[in-house]
Amino acid sequence: MAPNPNRRIDIEDMNGVIVATLLEKKILDEPNIESLGRELFALVDTEGRRKIVLDFHLVEYLSSAALGKLITMHKKVTTSGGRMALCNIQKDILDVFKITRLDKVLTLCTSLDDALSKF
Amino acid sequence: MVSPVHLETTIPSDTAEGLAAQEKLVSLMERFEYSGRDVFAMRLSLEEGITNAIRHGNKFAAGKVVSISCDIDQNRMRVVVRDQGDGFEPADVPDPTSDEFIERPSGRGLLLMRAYLDHCEYRDGGRCLIMERERNSLLPTLND
Repeated sequence: MAPNPNRRIDIEDMNGVIVATLLEKKILDEPNIESLGRELFALVDTEGRRKIVLDFHLVEYLSSAALGKLITMHKKVTTSGGRMALCNIQKDILDVFKITRLDKVLTLCTSLDDALSKF
Repeated sequence: MVSPVHLETTIPSDTAEGLAAQEKLVSLMERFEYSGRDVFAMRLSLEEGITNAIRHGNKFAAGKVVSISCDIDQNRMRVVVRDQGDGFEPADVPDPTSDEFIERPSGRGLLLMRAYLDHCEYRDGGRCLIMERERNSLLPTLND
């Protein structure tokens, strides 16, 4: 089946760990962020996934509203007994996580291999 | 050398319009050949400032507008964003990095603007936001 061109994430199952690659370069506008949130939340709420890696290698911009979705996602995953890690975060975006101190809340990894090793 | 530019625009309380205005201002920075770091900082700040004006200021009211003015030259970019809402007291916004609020999904916009801008000030009871970024600013400063 052809991939949905409107999807905000690309999903791959790697030995039971779901790797969701965020496809948007700029996660800024509200409809985009809402759609991203829906797709991420469905991994937990609908598909029952508990081991999730979010791959940020394509992401160049991120607003505080997008951070909000990541925090809600983190809560959903941990509340359901699962674990979530983020990887391949570009330097500018990493600064945003550090300024907001979310690097202390979320699991940030340098590479996909590093993230997969957390599970 | 590119001559200084002054630009004014008024947009409805619609985040898509806010994003379009933001793109226009960012393209000005690119015309003045600001660094990628400066563009990142200003784009993030514009997104937070304009979205706050639309969402928290005007509360998406169809009859209210957001006015944006911009002055840019070789040395700095200054943007003023005005909304038609009830205003707010910036000092009342809780610190989103505190243990109590760290896991809240919202409330980080002001923190980010203050981190990335050389000058970030609310006037007129919170209805007018002044944002300035110097060329090649060293901000943000990280503690680690």
